Amino acid sequence: MRFFERHPYWSFIILILVAIFLWLIFAPWSDGVENILGRKKVFLNALFNGITLGALYFFVASGFTLIFGLMRNVNLAHGSLYLLGGYIGYEVATATEWWLLSFVVAFIVVGAFGVVLQYVVFRRMEGDDLKQTLVTIGISICLADIMLWIWGGDFYQILAPEWLSGPVELPLITAVKSSGDAVYLKYPVVRLFILVAAIVVGALMWIALNRTRIGMLVRAGVDDRDMLSATGVRIQLVFVLVFAVGAGLAGLAGVVGGTFQSLAPGEDTRFLLASLVVVIVGGMGSIPGAALGAVIIGLAEQFGSVYFPTYAVVLTFLIMVLVLAFRPQGLVASRR
Amino acid sequence: MAVTEHPNGLETRTGGFAQWFDLSRIPAAYWAIGAILLIMPAFAGDFVLFQIFGWAFILGTIALSLTFLGGYGGMVSLAQMSIAGVAAYMTAILGTSGISNISLGWPWWLYLPVAILVAVAFGTIIGALAVRTEGIYTIMITLAIATAFFYFCRQNYVIFNGFSGFNQVLPPQLFGVDWRDPIPFYYLALFWAVAAYLLVLYVSRSPFGLALQGVRDNPRRMAALGFNVNMHRVAAYAFASVIAAVGGILLVWLNSGISPGAISVGPAIDILVIAVVGGLRHPIGPFIGAIIYVLLRTFALDALVSVGLAGERFQLLIGVGFLVIVFWSPDGVLGLWARWRERARNRDPLTGQPREDA
Repeated sequence: MRFFERHPYWSFIILILVAIFLWLIFAPWSDGVENILGRKKVFLNALFNGITLGALYFFVASGFTLIFGLMRNVNLAHGSLYLLGGYIGYEVATATEWWLLSFVVAFIVVGAFGVVLQYVVFRRMEGDDLKQTLVTIGISICLADIMLWIWGGDFYQILAPEWLSGPVELPLITAVKSSGDAVYLKYPVVRLFILVAAIVVGALMWIALNRTRIGMLVRAGVDDRDMLSATGVRIQLVFVLVFAVGAGLAGLAGVVGGTFQSLAPGEDTRFLLASLVVVIVGGMGSIPGAALGAVIIGLAEQFGSVYFPTYAVVLTFLIMVLVLAFRPQGLVASRR
Repeated sequence: MAVTEHPNGLETRTGGFAQWFDLSRIPAAYWAIGAILLIMPAFAGDFVLFQIFGWAFILGTIALSLTFLGGYGGMVSLAQMSIAGVAAYMTAILGTSGISNISLGWPWWLYLPVAILVAVAFGTIIGALAVRTEGIYTIMITLAIATAFFYFCRQNYVIFNGFSGFNQVLPPQLFGVDWRDPIPFYYLALFWAVAAYLLVLYVSRSPFGLALQGVRDNPRRMAALGFNVNMHRVAAYAFASVIAAVGGILLVWLNSGISPGAISVGPAIDILVIAVVGGLRHPIGPFIGAIIYVLLRTFALDALVSVGLAGERFQLLIGVGFLVIVFWSPDGVLGLWARWRERARNRDPLTGQPREDA
C-alpha cells in the first residue's frame, strides 16, 4: 500500500492499464478492436497459455530460487533435475497409469537426488560460487548424456488422466455469433489444474518460510549459520531438507512440463535458462518474485509468439535487460 | 580462481620495452614448442593440420578471451562464443556466402573490420550489462544473453537465415593463396593464436591490465584510489571481444559456414570447459585446454567404440573429465603442472623423498 502513497501517478496509470486489461478479457470485442488485436480467442488463449506456462516456470524457478536464495548454492544442474523428473514421471505414469502418483515419485526421487548432490558437492564447497557453478555445469553435462543414453533423443509426452483431459468452457466470451449467441472460451482442464496447483504450492511455500518455525530456522540459518548452530539447531539437517524440497520441485515441474509440453534432450537447458531469467527478473531468493517473474516471462513468451513470432525471444530478453538496467536486484528484491 | 603469482615470474615485471626483445628471457621449452609448431606441416597430414590444430587454435583463441576476462578480470562470461558468433555471422552476411540473397558481397578489407567492430560493440553491451552484477550473477546473465542470441538467430530468417544459417563462407584469395588449404589455414590460425596470446600477455602487464587485476582483487580499494572500476571491467569486455571476434572469423572459415548450432548453449559451455580445464592463470591455458578438447572430441569415438560403448558418449567423457579437473585442480592442467613442479622442487635430490623442512 505504501507504493500507492509514494507514487500516486504511477499507481493511477497502473490502475488504468489493469482496467483496460480486465475489459479486454471480459467484454466481447467490437470489430474495431479485433482489427487491431486480432481475434479475441487468440488473445485469450495466449493469455491463458502464458499464465499456465508461468505456472510451470514457477515450479522450476521456485526450486532454483529456494536453493540459491536461502543457501547461496548455485545449482546449474537444476534443468537436468527438471528433465530427470519428467522422465521418471513418464516411466511411472506409463507403468501404473496413475498420473498423480508420478508427481509423488518424481518429487521423492529427484528430491533424494538433490540431497545426494547437496551432500557430495555443495557441502564440500560452501561459499565458493564459481566452483559450485563449474561442478554443477559438469554434472549437468554428464546427466544430459546419461539421460540421452537411457531415453534416447525421442519426444515423450505424459498423458493426463481421463478426468483431466478435454476442454472446459470458461465464462469468458470469445465472440458473438450473428444470431446473438455468445461463444465461450474452451480451455484444457489439465492446464487450469496445474495453475491451481502452482498457486497452492506457492502459497504453501510462502507460509512455510514466513509463518512457521522451520521457515524461521531456515531464514535465521541463512543470516548467521554459526550462531544458529550454537543455539543447538541441527542446521545441516534443515538445509538438506530445503535442498530436497527445491530439487523435488524441479522434478515435479518435469512431470508438469511432460504433461502439457513434451520431454526431449535440450529441454534441460531450456528450463535452466527459463528459471535463470525468471529469477533475474523476479529477484533472487524470493518466492513472490519467482511467481511474478514466471508470470511475466510466460506471458511475454506467449504474447510474443502470437503477435510477433520472430522476435518473441527478444521480448523476453528485452524484459530481462530492462529489469537489469533499472532494478539489478530484480522486481521483488529478497529480504537481504 | 584469482591467482596473482605466476610460476615463471614473468608476470611480476612490468617495466622496459626493451625486455620484449630480450629473447634470452624466453624459456627453452617455448622455443622448442614454437619450432615444432612452425615445422609441423613438414610431417603432419592435412587432417591433423586442419581439423585438429586449426580447430584447436581457433577454440583456444575464443577461450583465451574468456581466460582474459576470468583470469585477469575475475569475470566469468559465458557469452564469448556468442561474440565470436556475431563476428562469424557478420563475415557471412557482409561478405560472400552460398545464401546470395542475404550476403552483401563486400570486399574483405571492408567486411572484416566491420565484423570485428560489430562483435566488439555487441561484446561491450554485454559487458555493460554484466558488470552491473557480480560472481554467479554474471555467469547467469551472460548465459541468458548467449541463449537469447542463439534463439534469435535460429528464428530470424531475414538477417540470420534461421535454422540453416550460412554456408560456403570462404576466406578471400589473398596473395594468390587459397587460405582454406590445410597448410595456409594452419599458419593463418597459428599466426592469430600467437598474436592473441602475445597481445593478452602484453595487455596483462600494461597499466590497464594491472589496474584490471587490482579491480579483480579489491574493487573497493581500486575505486578509492580513483580508478573507475566499472569502466575497467567494460573495457576488459571490449578487449576480450576483439579476440573472440578474430576467433569467430577464423571459425566461420574453418567450417566454411555458420549456423545457430555453433553458438548454442553447448558450445558456449564448451568454451568455459576449455578455459577452465586448461587453466585460467596464464594465457597458454586455453590452448592446452583446446588441444585436449579437440583430441577428445576427435578420437573419443574410436576409443569409446573399442571399449564397447557408443561413440556419442564422448560428451559424458568430457563431462567426467571436467568434473575431475574442477574437483581436484581448480587451476586446470596448468595448476596440475605447477603443483607437480612444486612437489619436484621440494624433493630431496639424493633420496627422492619429500623434504622434512618443505
